[in-house]
Amino acid sequence: MKPAFRNDALAKVSGTAKYTDDYTMPQMLHAVPLHAQTASARIESIDCSLALQSPGVVRIILAEDIPGQIKFGQIIKDYPTLVHKRICSTGDVLALIVAESRAQALAALPLVKVQLEKLPPIFDPEQAMNPNAELINPEYGSNLCNYHRVRTGDILKGEEDADLIIEQHFSTSRIEHAYLEPEAALAHLRPDGVIQVIGSMQHPFSTRRFVASTLGFELGDVEVRTVPIGGAFGGKDDTAALVCARAALCAYLLRRPVKLTYSREMSLRESYKRHPYQMQYRMGVKRDGLITFVKVRMVADGGAYCSVTPWVTWRSTVQCCGCYAVPNVHCDVYGVYTNNVFSGAFRGFGSPQVNFAVEQLVEIAAQKLGLDEIDFRRQNMVKQGSTTVTNQVLDTHKVSLKEVMDRVLQEIDYEKKREKCSFGDPTQKKWYGIGLAISYRGMSLGAEGVDFNSAIINVQPDGSVLLETGVHENGQGSESAMILIASQELGLPVQRIRYRMPSTSNIPDGGTTVASRGTLLGGGATVNAARILKSILAETLLKEYELAAERFADGQILTKDGQIICTWEAAIALCYSKQVYPYAFGVFQAPRVSWDEETGHGDAYFTWVYGCQAVELEVDPKTLKVTLLNMVAAHDVGKAINPAMVKGQFYGGLAMGAGYGLFEEVPLEDGGVIPTNLHQYRLMRATDLPEMTAIIVENPDPTSPSKAKGIGEPTLEITAPAIANAIYRATGKRYVDQPLKLRP
Amino acid sequence: MIIVNGHKHKISEALLDKPLSQWLREDLFLTGVKIGCEIGVCGSCTVLVDNQARRSCKMLVKDAVGHEIITIEGLSQQDGTLHPLQQAFVDAGAIQCGFCTPGMVLSALALLMQNHHPTRSEIRQALKGNLCRCTGYQQIVDAVELAARIMYPETK
Repeated sequence: MKPAFRNDALAKVSGTAKYTDDYTMPQMLHAVPLHAQTASARIESIDCSLALQSPGVVRIILAEDIPGQIKFGQIIKDYPTLVHKRICSTGDVLALIVAESRAQALAALPLVKVQLEKLPPIFDPEQAMNPNAELINPEYGSNLCNYHRVRTGDILKGEEDADLIIEQHFSTSRIEHAYLEPEAALAHLRPDGVIQVIGSMQHPFSTRRFVASTLGFELGDVEVRTVPIGGAFGGKDDTAALVCARAALCAYLLRRPVKLTYSREMSLRESYKRHPYQMQYRMGVKRDGLITFVKVRMVADGGAYCSVTPWVTWRSTVQCCGCYAVPNVHCDVYGVYTNNVFSGAFRGFGSPQVNFAVEQLVEIAAQKLGLDEIDFRRQNMVKQGSTTVTNQVLDTHKVSLKEVMDRVLQEIDYEKKREKCSFGDPTQKKWYGIGLAISYRGMSLGAEGVDFNSAIINVQPDGSVLLETGVHENGQGSESAMILIASQELGLPVQRIRYRMPSTSNIPDGGTTVASRGTLLGGGATVNAARILKSILAETLLKEYELAAERFADGQILTKDGQIICTWEAAIALCYSKQVYPYAFGVFQAPRVSWDEETGHGDAYFTWVYGCQAVELEVDPKTLKVTLLNMVAAHDVGKAINPAMVKGQFYGGLAMGAGYGLFEEVPLEDGGVIPTNLHQYRLMRATDLPEMTAIIVENPDPTSPSKAKGIGEPTLEITAPAIANAIYRATGKRYVDQPLKLRP
Repeated sequence: MIIVNGHKHKISEALLDKPLSQWLREDLFLTGVKIGCEIGVCGSCTVLVDNQARRSCKMLVKDAVGHEIITIEGLSQQDGTLHPLQQAFVDAGAIQCGFCTPGMVLSALALLMQNHHPTRSEIRQALKGNLCRCTGYQQIVDAVELAARIMYPETK
């Protein structure tokens, strides 16, 4: 295997990498938020007089101080920078206390006196959907944030054709991203009038929109720069962007740099979680195992603010039948406002919930029919040229679902080990079980949004290369992947390519670094920029040497038949001497996608990835404690740009997916988050995990300029159902609620 | 007196009750000490106190008086050459977001000083107090194994 490459490894391992809270500025002030702590209320008054007398306090900022818009949002503008009058969630921020030191700001927090009139909250999504329910967001006019559906084939015919019908309800819980670094932001107003922000956020361009809206600034008057961030997993979007906007608000009003660093308590209280789902499935099968129909109703609790609920639930809609080709489908998906802490993007984005249900449902069906669960999957899974439930024909890439499944079956020796499963045998001291799950996943945004990205390659007179793309480094190694792609295209060692510190003022808005789209979109733009750059060089060389440059390798530029034209440095020097800039701007525009909201039909995503994971585990019959023994994953990534980091995504996804399966959940009380810190929210530790095996499958994707696809999310979307299936074979009991709490 | 990364620091009365993590970050600018929870459950603020891995957020400055502290900044050589354990983290692909990395490296170092050839299960046990949300720990365990082979090659 190639050695791991990361451009940021040296800084991170030596402690010199600077995250947001590690920065200070002269004259810097500190802000802290005052949280509502109640889910539904009207603010009667906020009395700051006592708090203002507290040592070091400089100012207390309220909603009426906001010069721009109070509310913003990526889809519906319902998320308040500071609450004005109406509290909708316990995570709402009522005021920002700004002081000379953080300790002084924190000390003044309890001195702010808030008078509230409590209003009846709504915590149950079904109750919220009742037409007579009070509106959580009256400006929007409905508690139904969004509705998606699929109507494919003839559901009545599917019912008639079925020999067996299975009805099953599944539920999944709210979970916490638990990025190790809580939110933080540092903002200052520059002498040129630009408000400059660094922050622990994953979307510089989205953050820029939040900041600009709050301050009433134009986008060009806000510059968001990137510093290392301590994890995101989809979770450093709305809340993190708003933390940046709040720091910017303070810095703008006070004309001094302001840092706003969240404690873990603040982060847990306010930040959005993974959507909890209620899913009612009805599936029909023929005696030979063919699925004749799926009817499903899903309700996602979006909480108090829209965030990206319509997009999360859209992915659940498109993938409502898992990776199976089902001829007759009737699917209704509801995203609902409640007064609970809100829900938003989380690695997986609407697929972990659906896969948790479907990958158990197919096993329930196979078992009832007396069929092999692997054969059942083989019969119904999408294959080359299959039509998906949304009427998309899978013919633009290699459909490798069977391949990834076979690789896992072989690696873990599934058929043989299945014979050893305990099924709750009372004579055994330990119950053994093995289980697997498979999935396909639409890549990138799909029909959720406009999907394109850009890259700039700017070669300096000495031949060194500055590279930047519209993709954000969240810790996954995106900068390293872009450097490796450029290195491959230009035939240069990685040491000659520096990834430029990104800024929203340097490169066009490339959308958000989400949806496993970084390597696919940013990598595509990098390839295209490199190709433009090579054509600029080739044109210059042709004029000078009358030789056609075709190959760029090992720092040399060669003709098609291998004749060396000149070195890279000589070509660059030639460009500068001929008034030609070796500078290229490359764009990758994702291929066309389509969607019809009425029918739920369309080419939802331009390409798909395929994965399979299997788990072996042991259950103690007395304590019902689950011990993971082995986990194996195979995912088709198109092409592995940085294999060590691809494997890191596998392992990290498996760990997070296993935590989702076994114990992660955020319980609420009166709409508020009960865990106050990580001691009350169990995360996978090194001793909870078994050794894992990562099988990288590579079928280069014709729609991707770099041939690579994404891997961030596929790796955690099927671990929980694989564990559920293994627990079934260990205990003989089926658990349909996530997390899987074993009961005697 | 507290020795931090080989440098002696005189401690004024006013500092004694400050959390050690804050003193290291704010007064000595050793920001490789990371703050993830401030209640001692995430391990991001781990430092070595007399070669034992300790959570600096759970200690006060006065608890460290008379002791020797090593933070992540104290591991590499003056010329920037990485400690073999740090190099192993780089080579094994054990770093993603990097926020747990300083604490993880220091916990692993405390283990390797005690146990030159730990098993994978012993490594996992030693890193139990350090949370990582990115890597699933697999390549971190690989890194510690690799470092042990490089740091203590002759004995077995």
